[in-house]
Order: sequence, then structure tokens, then C-alpha cells
Amino acid sequence: MAETHRQAVVRVEGLSKYFGQGSARVNALLDINLEVYPGQVVGLMGPSGSGKTTLLNCIACILEPSRGRITLDGEVVYDDRWLKSDLRRLRLDKIGFIFQYPNLLPFLDGSDNVAVVLHLAGFGAAAAHGRAVELLDYLEVGHRKHAMPAQLSGGEAQRVAIARALANRPRIILADEPTAPLDSQRARIVMDMLRRIAVDQSAAIIVVTHDEMILDRFDHIFRLRDGRLVTDTVDRPPILEANVS
Amino acid sequence: MNLAYRDIKHNLLRFVLTNFGLSLLLGIVIVITGVYGGLIDDALRQARAANADLWVVEAGTNGPFAEASRIPGDTRELVSRVYGVERAGSVTYQSIQTELNGKPLRMFLIGFEPGRPGGPRNLLAGRDLLRSHYEMIVDRSAGLTLGQEVPLGTHGHMFTVVGLMRDELTASGDPVGYITLRDAQALQFELAPPAERREVARAGALQATDQINAVIAKVSPYVPITEVAGALSRWKHLTTLTQDQQETLLSKFVIEKARNQQRLIMVLLIIVSAVIIALIVYTLTMDKVRSIATLKFVGAPDRTIIGLIVQQALSMGIFGYFTGLALVLAFKPYFPRRLVLDPESVAAVFVITMVVCLVASTLGIRLALKVDPAEALSAAG
Repeated sequence: MAETHRQAVVRVEGLSKYFGQGSARVNALLDINLEVYPGQVVGLMGPSGSGKTTLLNCIACILEPSRGRITLDGEVVYDDRWLKSDLRRLRLDKIGFIFQYPNLLPFLDGSDNVAVVLHLAGFGAAAAHGRAVELLDYLEVGHRKHAMPAQLSGGEAQRVAIARALANRPRIILADEPTAPLDSQRARIVMDMLRRIAVDQSAAIIVVTHDEMILDRFDHIFRLRDGRLVTDTVDRPPILEANVS
Repeated sequence: MNLAYRDIKHNLLRFVLTNFGLSLLLGIVIVITGVYGGLIDDALRQARAANADLWVVEAGTNGPFAEASRIPGDTRELVSRVYGVERAGSVTYQSIQTELNGKPLRMFLIGFEPGRPGGPRNLLAGRDLLRSHYEMIVDRSAGLTLGQEVPLGTHGHMFTVVGLMRDELTASGDPVGYITLRDAQALQFELAPPAERREVARAGALQATDQINAVIAKVSPYVPITEVAGALSRWKHLTTLTQDQQETLLSKFVIEKARNQQRLIMVLLIIVSAVIIALIVYTLTMDKVRSIATLKFVGAPDRTIIGLIVQQALSMGIFGYFTGLALVLAFKPYFPRRLVLDPESVAAVFVITMVVCLVASTLGIRLALKVDPAEALSAAG
């Protein structure tokens, strides 16, 4: 990669993940190396069972790798073992996650679904609510801030979920098939939104997807097969100018 | 941001409906507490109503409530003459059942000597007994009214209700009635006319009717009760019990089985409540597995998740308890037994409910803490 002049926000080195032992051992990930830089939106692609979600879960500190090294925002969090005791706090501070389905809390309205992350991070009620409304407006869904999740359309709910992922200004945003439940037009809108966020927040965004229609929205595409990284394709030049909001 | 409150508000109808059943259960726990309190209170009132310092009963007995006691009617004269006895009165106790307007009427009749210890103390309405015969004062729970006539005894003498009392019941819940000693003795020993004729025909001696069940003595405030009791105990044909001993006999032994039954029912109900609360909390947690996984995924610490479940469990307990209490208070006047809900018992049930909720929530907490954050990644539920 040609990004050596800048520090990678996500750096994965020699990462492997095995399930089972002995002859029953399954190599879910084998010696994965990748780097994602600020302002980049990268795609993680591959057939089912290739290890995309496993890799995403390892980077999200949800799944413990078997060996290797993970560095997030300049901090080594895994080096053959977790180096941080409070992984949830690490996720809260550094990682925003966009799920395949919005996964909004059904008992909170739009703005509270965003504000809840800020509350968990220790923000006061007014500050959390203000930031939540600001994000919903930024994602053009501010008018639905009082709507309950059941009252939101798929696209609106996904934008609220994106707002929640951005709430704590994370340097890393992980998205698992964020466009899967959306039509192609809305999928492109969401991807454009992610590109804008990557630039505005100087964030590194990793998107797991099967959707070939949105390939042109990625700076890099990492392809996985049988747990191995088979290609590291640079599809377009990285966005070097980043506004940190 | 209170997640528990938001979740309850979001599913308010479900919360209310689910917990209404719990409130009925907790209401029954409160009722049993009231029945338990009423049982003890009624038993003690029965002894306290006599306002006695000493009870003189048949030798070797624990009468007159715990077992039968029969002593001669002139015992009162003997007791009155003992040094330290200020006043004394003869009393009889008997359960009777009569029929009024085609319905059975059970009462616990106390015969006393008007003007002497052993009579009713506080009247709710009406007056004391002024005539020597056929007047009575009863607890209002008997359903009688002032001036109403009630047939009593084998001869069907009509007794007129001249006074009403409140909360004067036996431990078994029967209303208490007061009549003169002479009337009470007549009711106890009077034979039905055919039986009386038979006794006369066989030239049998008619039973002496001047018998009483106990003598109640009031001791002078200047003489120790124990000293008077000691003097009375020298008569070998009598037994003397202090008021404390009488109350102990009533509250500990006479109603012991009933008390144990109530306690057992209460413990069983609390266990059932705990199981039901645990199941409700568990079910509510099951419904929120995805939300909990999402919260964990976005970084919520365990204390947030535990707080969510514990607060909901406590909310259930508070809602169920106060709704149950309100229902009990609303229907208390219509309950067939007197419920005594003293503040201590009511507070104790509340504390027990809260503890049960906390214990019951552990099942939900265990489930919630086991939820893998990765479940948030699974297909939408």
C-alpha cells in the first residue's frame, strides 16, 4: 500500500483465527494483513464462509483471534492476546458499527437511539440530545427524530443506525452489509453518505458487502477466499484531504 | 436516560396486563398477612376485652379459652375478699348458633355481671345492659341492628340488641355478644322442655345452674399482682392465671395451628410470587436479547444491562404491590374475616416483595450477561 506517510487507523498483521482443534480444526482466517487509513472507505468482499464477518468481528473486538496483531487508532489492542481488559469501552470510544439491519432499540425514538451511545460514553442529557439531533440532520433524517423505529422506513432506520455509529466520533467505522436491505438507489445514497463521513470525520470505514453495484464507492477492496486475503485491489486513489469534525 | 422506564413506557399495556396478575397474587399475600394479623389481634382482644389482671379458673386447667373451666358461682365472693383484689366479676363463655331470617347466626356469648369486670368496654352505638334479662350487646359484624330481637337458647328467648361494638371477634372470626350472667347461665343449663320433663319424671336432680367459667379480678394498683396471684393460688380447687399468661395461652397455643397454617400459606405464596416474577423477568429479558446484544456491541457495560433488568423487576414489584394493596384496601370491608394490616406488616410485605424481585431478577440477569454481542450481527429478528 502507498499510505506509509500516514498512520493507519486499522492495522491487522498476521491475523489468524481457528475454530476447533486437531483434525477438526477449521481455519477461518489465515495470516491476514491489511491497513486502512483515515478518510478511506474499503470493501471486504468474498463468498459466504470466506471469513469476512469473522475478520470484521475480530477488528470490532467481538471475537478473539487465535494469533496475530491488531492495532486500532495507533493502539495495539491484540498481540496474540487481548491487551485491553475493557473491550466494550474500547468499542464505545473508537469503533462505530453499522449492522446489516438497523438494530435500533425498539423502545427508544430516533434521537434517543443515537443519544444512548453518548449517554454510555458519559455525555450529559442535553449534550447527548444536541449531538444526536445534529447527526440526524446531517444524515437528512432529522425530521424523524421523534419517530419510533417501527415507524421508520428501511432507509430512514438505516440512517438513524449510521447516526448512532457516528455519535461518539469514532475513528473506525465497521459496516456489515449495510446496504443489503436497501434497493440500489438507497444503497448508493448510504454509500455516498459513508464516503462523506470518512472524509468529514477522518475515519477509516470497512464495509463487508456482496453488492457488486457499489464497488465504485470503495477506495480499496479486500477480497477473501477460504480465510485468506487473495487480492488487495486499489480501485481508486485514496482521499487524502480529510476534515476532522 | 433510563432504559428500563423507556422500555416499560414503550410496552405499557403489556406491562400493566402482565403485572395485574402479579398484583392479584401480591394482594393475596397482603390478605393473608391481614388475616394473620387479625387472627392474633382477635385472640388477644378476646382476653384484653375483659380488662383483667387475674383470671381465676378451675384447678388444673388453662381456662376459659384454652380449655373448659367450670367453678361455683360464689367463687367471685371468695376472690373479692382476698387482700389486694379491688373488684371481681364472674364470667361465662359459650358459642351459640341460632337462626335469624332463615340464616344461621353464630356468636360467642359472654355472660357478665353488669357493673363488674368482664363486660364490654367501648360501644359503637346504643347503650349498656340496663335490664337483668334478655338484652344483649353484639359486634356489628353479626349483622344485627339496634332494637332487633334474636332468639337464643332451647326455649327461644328473644334477646333485644341494645348496643353495638366494633372489632370484637373471636380468633375463629365469630362475633362476640354480651348478655347478663344470669341469662348466660340459663342458656347454658336450660334444657329443652321435653328433656326437662324427662328429668322430672325420672326424679333426677336438676343441674345446679350457678356455675361460671372464670372470675376476673382487678388488682389494686398498690398491691403487686404476683402477690395477689400467690395468695389465690393457695386455694387448691382453683388456678390463677395472670393476664400475660392468658394472652400467651391464646396467642401462642390456642391459635398456634391456625397461625402456622397462615404462615405456611404465606411462605408458599411468596415462593409462587418469586417463581412468577422470575419467569416474567426472564421472558421480558428473552424479548430483549437482540437489544441487549446491540447495547453490548455499542459498548454498554454490564452494569447498564443489569440496571435495566433490576429496575424493571423492581418496577414490577412496586406496581404489583401497590395495585395489590389498593385492591385489598378497596375490598377489605367485604372480606368475611377481619383483616388487620398494621404498618409494620405492610412494610414487611413490601420489603419481602422487593427482595423477591431482586432475587427473581437474577435469572434474567444471568441470561442477559450470557448474551453474546455478536448476536446483534445475526439476521434481523
